Amino acid sequence: MTGALPPRIEMKNVAKAFGSKKVLRDVSLSVAKGESLVIIGGSGTGKSVSIKTIIGLIEPDSGDILIDGQSILGARGSSRDALLSRFGMLFQGGALFDSMPVWRNIAFRLLQGRNRLSNTDARDLAIEKLRRCGLGPETADLFPAELSGGMQKRVGLARAIAAEPEIMFFDEPTAGLDPIMATVINQLIREVVTEMGATAITITHDMRSVVEIADQVAMIHKGRVQWHGPVAEVETSGEPHMDQFIHGREDGPIEAVR
Amino acid sequence: MPILLAFQNFLAAIGAAVLGLCATTGSLAIFTGVSVMHVFRPPWYPVEIGRQLLRIGYFSLPVVGLTAFFTGAALALQIYTGGARFNAEAVVPSIVAIGMVRELGPVLGGLMVAGRVSASIAAELGTMRVTEQIDALTTLSTNPYKYLVAPRLLAATLAMPALAFVGDIIGIMGGYAVGTARLGFNPGAYISNTWNFLTFEDISSGLIKAAVFGFIIALMGCYQGYNSGRGAQGVGRATTNAVVSASILILASNYLLNEMFFAS
Repeated sequence: MTGALPPRIEMKNVAKAFGSKKVLRDVSLSVAKGESLVIIGGSGTGKSVSIKTIIGLIEPDSGDILIDGQSILGARGSSRDALLSRFGMLFQGGALFDSMPVWRNIAFRLLQGRNRLSNTDARDLAIEKLRRCGLGPETADLFPAELSGGMQKRVGLARAIAAEPEIMFFDEPTAGLDPIMATVINQLIREVVTEMGATAITITHDMRSVVEIADQVAMIHKGRVQWHGPVAEVETSGEPHMDQFIHGREDGPIEAVR
Repeated sequence: MPILLAFQNFLAAIGAAVLGLCATTGSLAIFTGVSVMHVFRPPWYPVEIGRQLLRIGYFSLPVVGLTAFFTGAALALQIYTGGARFNAEAVVPSIVAIGMVRELGPVLGGLMVAGRVSASIAAELGTMRVTEQIDALTTLSTNPYKYLVAPRLLAATLAMPALAFVGDIIGIMGGYAVGTARLGFNPGAYISNTWNFLTFEDISSGLIKAAVFGFIIALMGCYQGYNSGRGAQGVGRATTNAVVSASILILASNYLLNEMFFAS
């Protein structure tokens, strides 16, 4: 953390339980403006829930979440709308609206509300974003069901960046992709984030994504932040959970369920 | 001891069921309140409302029409049989009309539309929930209640009375077809008998019921789909629950509404 600027995103002692299952016990994380944080951790350790609490899809039981030093919990109505307009998210499965063609998906946010774009402008913008994500204009009129997994991810990425958000979330961007496509997506994310000067949080358990996307890395285990540090120190952290996870060892402090 | 334990488990099972019922009632009440509020508050999505009107209303016409036609036809035969027992065969046109307009048009139409529309709404919203499309709407600054639920509620509440009205006419036509072709009624007399006995209140009460049924159909489809469990099984269960709960609520509210009309 440098200077007097508050971190762009800060989670303070966030806890969340679903029934008797405590998914987040005590998560505190902060991300500086323009920084890319990658959250790693095994399946079901609370990575997704963490970012969903920031977006406001899930309300935490306790703790606080701050954007630019302002608490965002309990934001309603227009203040919440203003907040959401600063966010962009790429979902794990793409989460494209399958009832509408690709270009309407990408321009979805820009086609709503009072200052909505005309259809032709929105379509042009969608094609521009598609090009940015390495897809040709012919993709614009296809439906999501007609796309391959890698193409769906790219369209999802194009939709996430369409309104040029300041804060971006990527949920398992490389899950289910072949290694080459995974590299392409990772690099695309890195480029887009750097280009737009956005602050990004990525969830993954793919170590190659970590190396290619991260400035900072946090590891969540059993609802707590187990380790947090710059990407250069991942290999030499000396933290047993980290060591076990990044090398994919079966024995160590993390129990492998067989 | 084992007996005591079994008794405890028995009580726990009853308690869990009661708590579950209370929780469901509460969450349904909140869902209904929030959804209805969003029907009245801008922004509205006219394109979505239009699409749902087309889908819920227009595309249900064949189902409702066929149901009404065969119901009216069957009703004419049954009433003729029953009426013949006390030499009252002449009541067929008026009873068919009253039966269709007050009761069978809205109820059977509603049940058929419940099967068609509740199921498809629940499956659609359930799939959107499972594939995170509902979450994606939120991250794109769009309230899913406004964009998904409100248009469906509004469209179904408007479309169902129109469907019931068409069903009433087709049902009376079904009775007319059987009455004139099989039972030897004079076509002109059949029509005038239908008209003369039908009151405005017969028609309006049927249409009001249909509007309530339309609301129930969309509400159950949306509620079950919106709260769908994970995976194909979750969506399957949501679809089944939507149809079953919509059908039962239609029949229950039908009785309550009839009591209200009867009392007034």
